[in-house]
Formats: sequence, structure tokens, C-alpha cells
Amino acid sequence: MTNKTTARDALGPADKRILAGIHFMNGDEAIAEGAIAAGCKFFAAYPITPQSEIAERMARRLPQVGGVFIQMEDELGAMAAVIGAAWGGVKAMTATSGPGFSLMMENIGLAVMTETPCVVVNVQRGAPSTGLPTLVGQGDMMQARWGSHGHYEIIALSPWSPQEAFDLTVKAFALSERFRVPVLIMTDEVVGHMYERVEIPEEVPVAQRRKPKVPPEEFLPYKPEEDLVPPMACAGEGYRVHVTGLTHDERGYPAMDPDTHDKLVRRLCEKILRYRSEFTWYEEIMLEDAEVAVVSYGISSRIALGGVELAREKGIKAGLLRLITVWPFPDEAVRRVAERVKGLVVVEINLGQIAREVERASRGIVPIQGVFHAGGRIHTPEEVLAGIEEVLKCRQ
Amino acid sequence: MPAVKPKSKPRPEVLPGVRHPMEKYLRTDRLPHIWCSGCGLGIALSSFLYAIEELGIDPNKVAVVSGIGCSGRFAGYVKMDSYHTTHGRAIPFAVGLKLANPDLNVVVFSGDGDLFAIGGNHFIHAARRNADITVLCVNNFNYGMTGGQLGPTTPPEARTTTSPYGNFEHPFNLVYLAASAGATYVARWTTLHARRLKESIKEALQHPGFNFIEIISPCPTNFGRRNRLRDALDEMRYYADKAVIQHGVDPAGAEVVPGKEFIVGKFVDVRKPTYLELYRKKTEELAARFG
Repeated sequence: MTNKTTARDALGPADKRILAGIHFMNGDEAIAEGAIAAGCKFFAAYPITPQSEIAERMARRLPQVGGVFIQMEDELGAMAAVIGAAWGGVKAMTATSGPGFSLMMENIGLAVMTETPCVVVNVQRGAPSTGLPTLVGQGDMMQARWGSHGHYEIIALSPWSPQEAFDLTVKAFALSERFRVPVLIMTDEVVGHMYERVEIPEEVPVAQRRKPKVPPEEFLPYKPEEDLVPPMACAGEGYRVHVTGLTHDERGYPAMDPDTHDKLVRRLCEKILRYRSEFTWYEEIMLEDAEVAVVSYGISSRIALGGVELAREKGIKAGLLRLITVWPFPDEAVRRVAERVKGLVVVEINLGQIAREVERASRGIVPIQGVFHAGGRIHTPEEVLAGIEEVLKCRQ
Repeated sequence: MPAVKPKSKPRPEVLPGVRHPMEKYLRTDRLPHIWCSGCGLGIALSSFLYAIEELGIDPNKVAVVSGIGCSGRFAGYVKMDSYHTTHGRAIPFAVGLKLANPDLNVVVFSGDGDLFAIGGNHFIHAARRNADITVLCVNNFNYGMTGGQLGPTTPPEARTTTSPYGNFEHPFNLVYLAASAGATYVARWTTLHARRLKESIKEALQHPGFNFIEIISPCPTNFGRRNRLRDALDEMRYYADKAVIQHGVDPAGAEVVPGKEFIVGKFVDVRKPTYLELYRKKTEELAARFG
């Protein structure tokens, strides 16, 4: 699916696609650089805190690599423009925070239904509503999963550092092309604004779009290949495809019947679920002998690691399961960990969204302690430690 | 009880064996269309297809984008790259599509509710930026698909299902709105003026920048029926009686008021740099400065 492109080929001598080297940048900037390196050529967004550094970097960088930046009139338009650009044949991305994410939901559903590859970044802040524009939150995790109407599957990745923000953005583009689905980067204000060392490699793989293998007269735009993903004919390529958000058959034509609908919705889910093991990324830290496992993601998982270290200092055998892929939820990883510990602790900056998934995946075989905060600040390692001690009490 | 017959879709054949000359641009396997008899959308569609034909534009290089509603079904019938998007978002989709592939002639075909109520913000901003797209708005003064509700162009006192006692809202004057937002080509026709409409679409397709044509169309099923224009022909007679062809008129005074004469024709035809032209100019300046 991918071929290697280096800084010196493909785009000519003036290529600035890959800023190879060691940088000091924040998570937002790292996401922008990850996108440019992955071959993103179109970015549409509306300004919102704490996302603005992504848009600002893209506005600077895209003209340098032959791409187009446009600041749209709102997030509804930004998401629609990204889908349009993807059908125009380029890799496209948008970025926002909670309020804008809400506005994008309808068109995220259009991208799911029309199988449009694109990347959507949500730098989460305190919510609901306008909430805490400048302060951290992780309250959009369930919205990422179910925010658009209808039943669908989506891929969401959550970085815990600017370096990982860069790496996951590159991977997000590859996944979006591979599965023809919007891929969400669910980061947060702290990772977005945190400055750290980011190493950009000499080579970054550029994912190729799957193209039709038959002439236009034989081509069915929604006839999937063996892996349930159909090749994509973009505008102007001579295939004259019809693309609709209505339920459609393999020709792409609207078909208003329950059987076609069921078949389509199942395929849209199955094309991702069948291959989820390829991209269910997580990290197990100090879990080998652990009696308590802390499950967390994004900035909270970084604090959770501090809590686990405090517990170890006190002689408590604690470990961390850090989720990198949050959707589809890593059921198996959570279940396996749950089977060998006495209790689970979930740390997140909301009042228990991923905790529900942990409970479901672990099938209630061990007690679960939530370490929750509604937003506005990150946890302290001591709060995580308290959660670890609390869950051990449940067993006594 | 008689067995339920499966829904059959017979191909209408007015003259056996005779095909419409524009069939080559249509997805004939999707016919018959869903539009009501007497609706003006067919005339708008054929005017567009004749315009493509007469200009000799490669249909592989035309993309049609629609929103939601009766006019939203446009994209489904043309045999070109065609996109039936979400309600109100045809314009931003088209903006992204055009910027990603500037070789395409991108045409938005949608209705008054889609473009000016739920999608109004995108319209004025695409016009302001002079995005290089052509927007054809079929204005039937109501939401036809959902059963005939009040829309942003519904005239004063008109009856709709959500203005049962007569509309008391002020409607938009679309050509004035387009002109003041910065559109560089603005025209209005009715579906009675099919040839003039076709010529106007030809001009718009060749005109770089944000082009807007309002196409006033009958909706006998939902609008006409409730407003003493029960028969589509009544509405066509009304257009013949009241439409005054005049070019270069100030669009500010070109309102459509029931019972009164209204102006059709070309209001604006100017040239100014498009968004992409300006973007490219900036990029070239950047390259010249930094290499």
C-alpha cells in the first residue's frame, strides 16, 4: 500500500515535505508536520482554541509543498471541503476542538457513508458547550465513536506526546487510505500545547490511494475488493461516478430498501473490524507482574504512568495499559489484562467514558476504579495512586 | 387480499424508439426520475446539458455537486462525476473539489432552501472569495421534497404547510444577495426562458469566478397547489405575463413580488481574480523570495 518517498525525490529540488531532523515543537505543530510529511495537500479549517497552531502551521507550510490551505467560514464548511478535496484526488485534513467537532459530525457521517479517506483532528478542551476553551479535556471520546447519526465504525488514535502526535498523524493518513474512512486524531489541549523534542525521520511513507483496475464501463464504484474496501475513482479520472450519502448499491445509485441498507452498513463496519488487529496499538508498561492495571490514553496516560511509579515505590505491583488506538476499542487487550490483575483503574479527563468500555471489555470480572476529572486540568500522580489503592481495597 | 406487486419502474417512451439527444449525459438506468410532472427541474437539467453539449466541454472534466432536496437529486441523474452531499454543504464540498483539481469545471446544482437557508453562510463566503464554481439555484419558493414548507424565498402571504395563514417573513432577493456578496456573474431566468437560460449557463461555465444563476421554477405539487397556481402551465403563463427581460439592472430593486412584474436577465458580468488565482500568485511570490 505504501511506497517510500524521500525528501529529495518526487516533489523536486524545492521539496520541503519532510523537515528531517530534531525539532522542539508542540503537539499541534507536530500534527501539522506529520500531515505534510504524509503527503497531505489540502487543509480546510476554522480557527478554534486550542487547535489554532495546527491551522497556522498548515497555512505556512502548504504553499511550500504545492498544497492548498483554506480557512473556511465554519467547521461545517471545513469538513465538507475536506471531503470534496479528497474526491478531487488529494490527501486532506481538518482540525478542530469540541464545538467545531460537534459541527463536523454530520459530514463525518457523509465521509463514512461515501467511504472518503480523510483525517480529522480534535484537540480536546473542557466541555460541554464553550466550556473551558483554553484548558484540557477528554470529554469527546464517545462523541468520536458515536457522534454522527447512525451505526458505523471509525478509527480514532490518541497520542501522549508531540512525537507520537507526529507519528500517529502519518499513520492516520495511511489508515484512512487503506480503509477509506475518516481517521480521528483525538488529542488534547496539553499534548497540543506541550513543547518537546520531535524527531522527523529522513523518510516518511506516503500511502497510495486504491485505484480502479478496470475501465470505466466495467467499474462499479462501490463494489468492494476481497478486503471489503472498494477502489476509488476520483473526479476527472473519466469514471463518472455518482457518490451519495443516501443508501446506495454497488453502482453507487440510491437504493431505498432494507436489504441494501443492511448489507452496506454491515460492510462499512466489517471492513474495519475484520482488520482491527493490524492497527490496534497499545503499550503495556510494568504489567508483567502487576496486580493492578491502570488503563488510560492521551495526556492522562502520561500522568497515570507517574501514578504507577509512585505505587511501585510503595511496593504495590501496578502497571499501565496505554491505549493508542481508542476506536475500535481494544477489547482483547483490555480483557487479557483484566484476566491477570486484581483490579483496574481508568484515568481520564471526563466522568467515565472509556471506563464504560473497559467495564464492557473486561466483562466485570474485576473491580474498576475510575479516576475522573471533568476538565480544566490534568490529574496528579497522587490521584492515580489513590485510585490504585482504592481498587485494591475492593478485593480485601 | 391481492398480492402486493413489486414496485415497477417502466421506462416512459413518448415516441417508441426515439431517444432524447441529451441521453448520453444521463444515467438512463436511473430513469424515470423522481420529479413531479410540471416541475421545472427537467428544463433546468436539459438547459444545463445542452449548454455542455454546445460548448463542447469534455463531460469527464465536469463535476456536479448537489445538496439535499428535489434539486439535490440533480447529481444523481447526470452521467458525470456527481456528488450528492449533505443538506446545505454542496458549496463547500465544491470549493474543496475545485481547489484539489482545478482542471474540473465544478457546478453546484441545488435549491433555494439548501443554498440560502441551511447553506446560506457558505454561499456568501464562496462568493466573497470568488471561488471558481458555478452555482445554479432552482428556486421554487418552498421546500418541495419535505412536503411544501416555508423557505427563505417564499413570497409574502404565500401559503405553505408551515405558513398556513400566509407567510409574514421577508424573503431574500437572491440576485441582490449574490451580487452584494461578490459574485462576478449573476443572472435570473425562469424555466419558461429555456433557451436564454441555456445561453446564460454557457456564459457562466466559461466565466472564471463565482457564477450564480437563479432559475425560477414551478412546483405545482407543493407550492402552486396552495397558491392558485395549481397547474404548471398556470405558472408558465404567469412567467410569460410578468417576467420582463432586462440586462444590467441594479439587482437591489429586482425583487420577485407576487402579482407584480419581475426582472429576468443578466445583472452582473465582471472579472476579478479567483481564490485560486490569488493563492497561486502568493505562492509564486513566496517561491521567488525564498526559492
